[in-house]
Amino acid sequence: MRTDLHLWLIPILPLVGAAINGLLGRRFSQRLVAAVGLLFVGASCAYAWWVFARFLALAPANVPYVEEFATWIRAGSFTAGYGAYLDQLSMVMVLVVTTVGFLIHIYSVGYMVEEGGYYRFFSYLNLFMFFMLTLVLANNYLLMFIGWEGVGLASYLLIGFFFLRDAAASAGKKAFIVNRIGDFGFLIALFLLIKHFGTLSFDRVFPAVSRLPAETAGAGLLTAIGLLLLMGACGKSAQVPLYVWLPDAMEGPTPVSALIHAATMVTAGVYMVARSNPIFDRAPTAMLAVAIIGCLTAFFAATIGMAQNDIKRVLAYSTISQLGYMFLACGVAAYSAGIFHLMTHAFFKGLLFLAAGSVIHALGGEQDMRRMGGLRRHIPWTFWTMTAATFAICGIPLFSGFFSKDEILWRAFSSPYGSWIFWAAGVLTALLTSFYMFRLWFLTFFGEHRGAEGNAATQAGASVPHGHHHIHESPRVMLVPLVILAVLSVIGGYVGIPEVLGGHNAFEKFLGPVFEAYAPEAAVAGHASAAVAEHGTELALTGLSVLAAFAGLFFAWLLYVRRRDLPDKIATALGDLYTAVANKYYVDEGYDTALVQPLVKGSTNILWRGIDAGGIDATANDSADSAQHVSDALRRMQSGNVRSYAGWIAAGAAVVLAYMIWLGVRR
Amino acid sequence: MVPISWYLVLSAMLFALGVVGFLVKRNLITIFMSIELMLNAVNLAFVAFAWQWKQLNGQVFVFFVMVVAAAEAAVGLAIIIAVFRTRETLNVDRVNLLKL
Repeated sequence: MRTDLHLWLIPILPLVGAAINGLLGRRFSQRLVAAVGLLFVGASCAYAWWVFARFLALAPANVPYVEEFATWIRAGSFTAGYGAYLDQLSMVMVLVVTTVGFLIHIYSVGYMVEEGGYYRFFSYLNLFMFFMLTLVLANNYLLMFIGWEGVGLASYLLIGFFFLRDAAASAGKKAFIVNRIGDFGFLIALFLLIKHFGTLSFDRVFPAVSRLPAETAGAGLLTAIGLLLLMGACGKSAQVPLYVWLPDAMEGPTPVSALIHAATMVTAGVYMVARSNPIFDRAPTAMLAVAIIGCLTAFFAATIGMAQNDIKRVLAYSTISQLGYMFLACGVAAYSAGIFHLMTHAFFKGLLFLAAGSVIHALGGEQDMRRMGGLRRHIPWTFWTMTAATFAICGIPLFSGFFSKDEILWRAFSSPYGSWIFWAAGVLTALLTSFYMFRLWFLTFFGEHRGAEGNAATQAGASVPHGHHHIHESPRVMLVPLVILAVLSVIGGYVGIPEVLGGHNAFEKFLGPVFEAYAPEAAVAGHASAAVAEHGTELALTGLSVLAAFAGLFFAWLLYVRRRDLPDKIATALGDLYTAVANKYYVDEGYDTALVQPLVKGSTNILWRGIDAGGIDATANDSADSAQHVSDALRRMQSGNVRSYAGWIAAGAAVVLAYMIWLGVRR
Repeated sequence: MVPISWYLVLSAMLFALGVVGFLVKRNLITIFMSIELMLNAVNLAFVAFAWQWKQLNGQVFVFFVMVVAAAEAAVGLAIIIAVFRTRETLNVDRVNLLKL
């Protein structure tokens, strides 16, 4: 008998917090709302760490540890239950989600003080935690899908948090609708799984899948399922071509961008692909698609990130780009490298957003980097924490991002699924990443302050009207999470130091059982061969990626510190190319022309005016009209004249009689 | 021996007279009398058939019709008196409040 860990407590606790704040919070003081919000998420976080301690003590035979709480759906031979599936992968996800989530909750206590709807914010945030934890703990795809949709809902609510602003409301809708496209693929994949395996439980689907042979080249059932799952993941994790919602999602409050659109929710797609590793392992075509999409996204988003001026938008494109790295890792069967980067990314990108929020807070709502500058003297804490995060994301050695990104690049090169093209694109992206991140860093913190100090709040693009009159450091409640995340961003990588650098790759070894349990034998063999590949090559490649990071740093320094006149000259020299990049390659406009407008026009002219107004409404109205006309005519019979009634009766009787006589005669 | 067809023709003529009187007359009392005429035309047909087929059913029906006619006369005359008291007329064309 397994020990009962009561895993249901982890997601339920934030739900209780959401319910209390959502139903009663209107009457609470801000202090009480914050206390409730923090208490339940904090309890969930603490409980998750306690579970982790117990989990480490479990015998390997008991992992994955599955708890079934209740049956949810029973239809014929198909059942789906409420259950938790705890293995190394979901354990890592739970810890990342609860810990980073809790830190961001603390930060929000300070950040949201001067916004309206304090209780609403914490209620939504707790609700998000509930759904996210349901997603990662679910023991079947259907329950996972509930969490999947739920985080989409929470994301929609929080993006549109300032719902009086039109841009925020539209951004929320855009996120929801674009996600629906991916969810459609996810759903079809689930239907295929039900049809062919009769169940959605992980512990029954995966063994069934592992008995199937790997599909070499070309398409088959598993390839189809894999590609459809990838479609779902593309929507949720903002990959090409469904990434367009994420930059707009920056309309939400900054803690939301940090929690949902950087650290946790957008990584759900990576988690889902990693969780479905038995399926992808046997569908090389789907794997290749994952890798290509990841690679494309990483590079594409990084180029857009170089030309953005809104500090949050740069970070948004950077998030898309980093998610592309994680997909690339999954696409070359280096799932643990992908999850490793997911974890470090949660630390440093969460921190980058929170620090950006602190900068915006300090400037009274200014988000345009062209009006920042010289802030390192004014807000030193924010500066130093952001520096840690920037170094981490750029892959400067000894910071966490270095280890995880390097692991991905090495695997993209050496894995049996990998190729040098993936590696080259990855390194190029690393160069671009380093460039736009240091561009942000230099523009924000160095040089002279370029904004008007007094009335920053009235400037365009201001989403946080704090109305302060001088640049000031954020309150301590916001700085503490920054510092903790900064520490994690620096040391977070040390759990996975590769062997070539004298480490033990502990993180990969920890996650190993998840991805080896159902792996085809060939892949296990390939893994082993990759592990013994020459260390010299790995060191050389590491050196190259470090070089790329420093090159990015150098170019950013050259352009934005040393020669401030150069960026404009380069932009002019590049002409149309620069305009295209600055306008995000006109992807939004393209989608609008190619998809949205035809859809709107078609719906208006065919569905609305044609079918609805012309068909359905017309049928109902016409039948009502004709009924009215007929009864109008019949009404005349009711003259009120008794003798005319008598006449009708006599006439009717005569007709009946005549009919009877006719019947008699005929016989 | 009078053949049954004579009785039936007489009955039909009486009934037709009743119908015509019912339709063309305006005075309520006359209409009422026309109804009685129709009932009695039917009664005549009933007894004629009873006599023809040597069966009692027809005669029993006649008694039923007479009872109904008596009850109808009582109720109908009461209504006529009530109408006359409120409207001070027995012309049915002027008793037309039921129309739209």
